[in-house]
Amino acid sequence: MSGAVNREWLLTDAPTSRAQAAWGRRYRLWLDFRANRLAMAGLIVVLALVVCAVLAPWLAPYDPSSQDLTNRLGVPQPGHWLGTDELGRDVLSRLLFGARVTLGMVLAVVITVAPLGLAIGCIAGYFGGWIDTALMRITDVFLAFPRLILALAFVAAIRPGIPSAILAIALTTWPPYARLARAETLGFRNTDFIAAVRLTGASSSRIILRHIAPLCVGSLIVRVTLDMSSIILFAASLGFLGMGAQPPSPEWGTMIATARRFFLDQWWVPLVPGVAIFVASLAFNLLGDGLRDVLDPKQR
Amino acid sequence: MISVQDLRVTFNGIDAVSGVTFAVAEGASFGIVGESGSGKSTVLRALVGLNNDWTGRMTIAGRALSPKRGRDFFRRVQMVFQDPYGSLHPRQTIDRALSEPLLVHGIPDIDRRIRLALSEVALPATARFRYPHQLSGGQRQRVAIARALMCEPEVLLLDEPTSALDVSVQAEVLNLLADLQDRRKLTYVMVSHNLAVVAHLCPTIGVMQAGEMVEMLSAEDLRSGHIRHKHTADLRRLSTELEEA
Amino acid sequence: MLVEIDNLNVAFPSPQGLAPAVRGVSLRLGAEKLGIVGESGSGKSLTARALLRLLPKAAVMTADRMTFDGIDILAAKERHMREIRGKRAGLILQDPKYALNPIMTAGSQIAEAVRLHKKTSRREAVQAAIDLLAQVQIRDPHRVANAYPHELSGGMGQRVMIAMMLAPNPELLIADEPTSALDASVQAEILRLMEDLVSRRGMGLMLISHDLPLVSHFCDRVAVMYAGRIVENLAAGELPRAQHPYTRGLLECLPTLSHPKARLPVMSRDPAWLT
Repeated sequence: MSGAVNREWLLTDAPTSRAQAAWGRRYRLWLDFRANRLAMAGLIVVLALVVCAVLAPWLAPYDPSSQDLTNRLGVPQPGHWLGTDELGRDVLSRLLFGARVTLGMVLAVVITVAPLGLAIGCIAGYFGGWIDTALMRITDVFLAFPRLILALAFVAAIRPGIPSAILAIALTTWPPYARLARAETLGFRNTDFIAAVRLTGASSSRIILRHIAPLCVGSLIVRVTLDMSSIILFAASLGFLGMGAQPPSPEWGTMIATARRFFLDQWWVPLVPGVAIFVASLAFNLLGDGLRDVLDPKQR
Repeated sequence: MISVQDLRVTFNGIDAVSGVTFAVAEGASFGIVGESGSGKSTVLRALVGLNNDWTGRMTIAGRALSPKRGRDFFRRVQMVFQDPYGSLHPRQTIDRALSEPLLVHGIPDIDRRIRLALSEVALPATARFRYPHQLSGGQRQRVAIARALMCEPEVLLLDEPTSALDVSVQAEVLNLLADLQDRRKLTYVMVSHNLAVVAHLCPTIGVMQAGEMVEMLSAEDLRSGHIRHKHTADLRRLSTELEEA
Repeated sequence: MLVEIDNLNVAFPSPQGLAPAVRGVSLRLGAEKLGIVGESGSGKSLTARALLRLLPKAAVMTADRMTFDGIDILAAKERHMREIRGKRAGLILQDPKYALNPIMTAGSQIAEAVRLHKKTSRREAVQAAIDLLAQVQIRDPHRVANAYPHELSGGMGQRVMIAMMLAPNPELLIADEPTSALDASVQAEILRLMEDLVSRRGMGLMLISHDLPLVSHFCDRVAVMYAGRIVENLAAGELPRAQHPYTRGLLECLPTLSHPKARLPVMSRDPAWLT
């Protein structure tokens, strides 16, 4: 068998290797996902955002920080497709570079938060007893923090800026993932197939890492994509309040903040970044919904 | 081979198993029957080490069992579970499920052993890289049996192995279990609520009711009605009533 | 004739087209007890649900004729079906743990069933519920009426289900594996109860099960299903003389206490049965 990757190879009833079986399974999930139009729309928009963010230096017609004080608050027109802001900077270019900032922040948060929450949740759920109690009480402490107050605390302690914003968001976002992973682990811990693995004499770390954690990943991915929209909104709020990305950084929330006094007459300046936030949040939400339909074991 | 003396298991202050004693010779089959709640599965789980809240004395191959079981124990004693739909990891292929015991014990030559295991339980090679949801109930139970035998144990504990299977599949699996026992000289302890199934496979049977083993008798005595305890007689009557049709 | 089904077909869409689950099933049922026996995937549950039009949305159902007491099921509007379901034909499912509402007491669920089909006051409905519980041979109906489903044993829960289904005085009772989750002793009691109630009220009973000896013991007629078809339809007493090799296979592959076999005969499935 040449192993040519085509549809038949993926959907075969009798795979001849673990790789083939795994890819077949992923392909079937993809087919299920593709059937959901809204989810596909979400995926396409998210991919478009990522492309814009990555290719911003080549897509943007102007430098996002170059000011042109003779052309302040310019109306959208060819040349400046989305107009100019209060310092004459091209809104479209700022939007594209702002995607970098926003998506970068979101990615940084997710990369720290998801594995941490998964680990803590699985360990707490599997071992139970005092380990569970201790870890869950720590989780409760972080869950109790109101995000904005924590962000203010960081601003007071460290400089306001993107790193403090990321830290503030991450520290208040990880508890739900731990809770989720723990709930899933509790459900799987007493199943016969985990009992069978225990009967091989496997160590607890092997059981958690190789048998339980992979089962929790599905719902965690769903939760992450759904959370992305709220992370984007929170980052924007921090920017709006002056606690996150600082001007002249082209972060979408900051852009709204600095332009809000022009809302009545030159409405496009604060509105365009607002629409961008809305579209990004909505896209992640739709994507997350679609992933849940496909990955959630209770629905399969 | 197996000796259980005065086993007692308590859940939340209630005795699930109160003072059970029996012994199984090497290569023999011992059946435990009872209704739900009689404690029969609890005995098995205590024996295999899934439940460590027990008192009493249990020995396997002359070695006394302690609550902590080492890897060596699991190489000699294995279990097949009741529900074929729940005893296989849903995200792992059959190949992965069968290689896990070998990986944990560091046994080499995995590929050949898996192929041998599949043929021994009469599963086609095409099943090897499938996921559990792509197999039928009978096929999954065969995989569960193959998995239990991967490390070549001496004792196999069977917890209602055919209760969730169709009748025709049950017959195949019971025949398979009988063949495997002959070929590998295994010692079986089988739990079931079905008298006919237990009597078919096990020459010696223990009857449990409300946590106690109320009677121990041979399969022949059970068939012919030489019974001492009322509960056994009731169970036998319920079973033979339906056979008269 | 209470139930008449001619050439019922149920199929489900699949990547390879329409996959048939029930193929050309025809049967008749009067005020008698019919047992439908088959293994998993034989289509027995689907046949019963097709009669009540309770198939999953994706299912495609066709039949030449399907009537309940003369009413054409195929053409009936949904609100007519609601009149039939529960009121004239009751359905008992396998596991009372899942079929009963966990946050309502048993008595209130039965009372609700009573009031759904008859205009009575709440007090009268509760009294009717107690009466029904007594009819299903529960010794302490008041205690059970005030208990929640999780506080009841499997057998008790099943009796509550039967009481709920009998509340509107139906003419047909469909029981889908009603005793599979129960111990043998409880199983016998529940089936005897159903037998008794059905004959006293002149109802028809459609008992679906995978257990051939059980069904032949409690039913007048037995229909054996395989791969969506009825392969044999005969009186319960004639079962030992069954003709079809699948039925014979089912009978012979069972281990029995009275006739020990060294090796259980294994059924060889003739692919011809699939056509």
